[in-house]
Amino acid sequence: MPRTGVFVCHCGTNIAKVVDCPRVAEEAGKLPGVAFATDYTYMCSGPGQDLIAQAIQEHNLDSVVVASCSPRLHEPTFQRCVEGAGLNPYLMEMANIREQVSWVHEDKSEATEKAMDLVRSAVAKVQRNQPLTRKELPVTKRAVVIGGGIAGIQAALDIADAGIEVILVEKSPSIGGRMSQFDKTFPTLDCAACILTPKMVEVASNPNIRLLTWSEVEKVDGFVGNFEVTIRKKARYVDVDACVGCGECWAKCPVKTIPSEYDAELGPRTAIYRPFPQAVPNVPVIDKEHCIYLTKGRCGACAKACPKQCINYEDQDELITEQVGALVVATGFDVEGGKIYGEYGYGEHPDLITGLQLERMINVSGPTGGHIVRPSTWDAKKQEGEEPRSIVFIQCCGSRDPEKGVAYCSKVCCMYTAKHALLLKEKLPNAQVYIFYIDIRAGGKGYEEFIDRVRDEFQANYVRGRVSEIVPEGDHLLVRGADTLLGRQVEIDADLVVLATPLLARTDVKELARKMNIQTDKYGFLTEAHPKLRPAETLTDGIFLAGGCIFPRDIPESVASGGAAAAKVVDLLSRDHLLSEPVVSMIDVDLCQGCLTCVRVCPFNAIEEVEIEDPKTHEKRKVAQVNEGLCKGCGTCAAACPSGCANLAGFTDEEVLAELDTLCL
Amino acid sequence: MIMATSNKPKTESPSGTAWQPRLVAILCNWCSYAGADLAGSSRIHYPSNVRIVRVPCSGRIDPLYVLRAFERGADAVLVAGCHPGDCHYAEGNFYARRRMLMLNQLLQFAGVPSERFWFRWVSAAEGPEFAHLIEEITEAVRPLGPYKPELADKFVLLDEIVQMLESMPESEPCPEHAEESEEASP
Repeated sequence: MPRTGVFVCHCGTNIAKVVDCPRVAEEAGKLPGVAFATDYTYMCSGPGQDLIAQAIQEHNLDSVVVASCSPRLHEPTFQRCVEGAGLNPYLMEMANIREQVSWVHEDKSEATEKAMDLVRSAVAKVQRNQPLTRKELPVTKRAVVIGGGIAGIQAALDIADAGIEVILVEKSPSIGGRMSQFDKTFPTLDCAACILTPKMVEVASNPNIRLLTWSEVEKVDGFVGNFEVTIRKKARYVDVDACVGCGECWAKCPVKTIPSEYDAELGPRTAIYRPFPQAVPNVPVIDKEHCIYLTKGRCGACAKACPKQCINYEDQDELITEQVGALVVATGFDVEGGKIYGEYGYGEHPDLITGLQLERMINVSGPTGGHIVRPSTWDAKKQEGEEPRSIVFIQCCGSRDPEKGVAYCSKVCCMYTAKHALLLKEKLPNAQVYIFYIDIRAGGKGYEEFIDRVRDEFQANYVRGRVSEIVPEGDHLLVRGADTLLGRQVEIDADLVVLATPLLARTDVKELARKMNIQTDKYGFLTEAHPKLRPAETLTDGIFLAGGCIFPRDIPESVASGGAAAAKVVDLLSRDHLLSEPVVSMIDVDLCQGCLTCVRVCPFNAIEEVEIEDPKTHEKRKVAQVNEGLCKGCGTCAAACPSGCANLAGFTDEEVLAELDTLCL
Repeated sequence: MIMATSNKPKTESPSGTAWQPRLVAILCNWCSYAGADLAGSSRIHYPSNVRIVRVPCSGRIDPLYVLRAFERGADAVLVAGCHPGDCHYAEGNFYARRRMLMLNQLLQFAGVPSERFWFRWVSAAEGPEFAHLIEEITEAVRPLGPYKPELADKFVLLDEIVQMLESMPESEPCPEHAEESEEASP
């Protein structure tokens, strides 16, 4: 016979003024298996908790029901209380007689009757509850950061500074990310390279950081504290340790006209290349699709030129596995290439470029050496071209347009366009700058003042309205649009037109999200555990997010979110062990038929197929098995299981049905 | 599940007012239960005839729970979970939606009027909506009166089948599997 104790709380007068608490306690005392029942003014107070603890000892109680407020408020309090008195915390149930009774009903007798019903059902459930124990899980004190942009760099540095080993995995040949492509940053006009490259060097020299560039995450297995990450180190064909980045190889490479990814395809690169001069590591990579030796088996110019014999054409991809406790995903965003509005004719006229291309043109290490020219007139040999005199910027070329582009605001374009206008006017004071905009969004520290400065001090002409078409006229571009403030059509004869294209979720991130079992939104951006309160976490414990993979972000926001993700990782990995939540799925392998319905419905990939051997017949059969580290205890499998062998600890069929049955009587 | 006849006497409520249907609500912990809590902390009054069962996720709710509630004397059952996209477990509520849609069709086929079974999304912010929903269900069920085991009436043959099965000797395999068991036996 169970020995249950029932404790009815008055909550001052919150409960007692509507519910007859002494009567509820008295009736509870008559229920089968109830050994003790009482009521008290404040059960959650010190004396209230002492009362419970004392009663457990004195009356040798084996389970407890507290009838008080919502379990969402005080379940942990009373769990700790009974645990302190030597009871398993999961042998305590709460009857919610405040939020569900006294606060929502007026009639005293009805409310008292309902309170008694709730107590009765809680008693029925708790008498069927099984003691559950939190298991101790080990923690591997290492982390992987995926993506070496500014957010990933910040996260890696912060984790490493806390004394935890970090593996930074970067897909491209160098870390630095988007920020390395920028010339200056808004609104302070700091030189991007001057503030970024010291951090890149710090990554390379930090003893706690292992840098794997030209590498991709292939597979993620395991669970919080105990992940196994498989990383593909792509064949680089250059010995990273021996190479000093002298540049003899790419100077001799005969393939010189591949559009450079780093220069947003505005300039060329060679087949063996280093993406930019400050690259970390300062080691080139061979583009195997364009290398003559790797495609046709002859050439070898780079190998001949290399003074240190670093070139190895036989290099192969290598798969390595690493044990880590946590991961940070900081894979960043893509920039759309100007194709959303076909009527603008991007790709047909060289003087129609994207904002990122202009950024590269302004940069001294860019394809024109920092000369602002009309790309149609650029002579690469003489390194000269005609300077534009009339420049048109078009904002929202696909952002805020659910019909043709994306519905959201890309957030950074208003600011970088203003920055470009300022930089252009600094270099070409006589040029006219026009900016077509819908609204100016400058919500950041010093941002609005920056826009004012560009408009007033630098005389950029802001035109509120959209551009309907861009027509080539002679060697110029005629921009036709509307000025909605003046209510008239405008035509501008432009030398150079710059499109502010949207920032998009990376196309390859969906695949990565699938491998890691984290969610993406309808645009393909990664989803946080909670958009407001858990912005650095995912719904998969131990996997965190940083930077522009969540949504378009500027540099300060990316740095802040990199730091936030790092703080979460350090918090997690500084523990000696983790405690698992015991409310998890349980599968009875004796009953399991191996239909694997549960595997298909599990939102967390926490159930896997395993082969077991029958101890009697030695027959092998396939059954489902729960990984308690991954299971979050939703119980979807338990409701789906056709043979009733899956159950949810703490909410078993027996427990829930006992509760239901008593409530229906 | 065999639907037994409920013998529960349906009388007037203690205070002597109009008959109150017994409503059982199975709510997910993260949204709908929190929504009910919010109705409480906002002091929004609603009929006292509802009894709430808390489960972690609407995806935990086995359709049999709903049938069991009817079997044991509930006059109406509400199942509520997080709005699509808000599920704490990412997608449990979608499974709940599929199951409950199917259950609803089954109940209707069996003659249980749709006013008795409700499946709704209630978020943690929808305290007033929760209170209103309880009122709405109560008003919709009141004219129907106490739940009669409509399902059992439909299946008049049920008892006969049970008797037939029970009268069968245990050793006799069912015809479909007779061949298999012969092969299996040594």
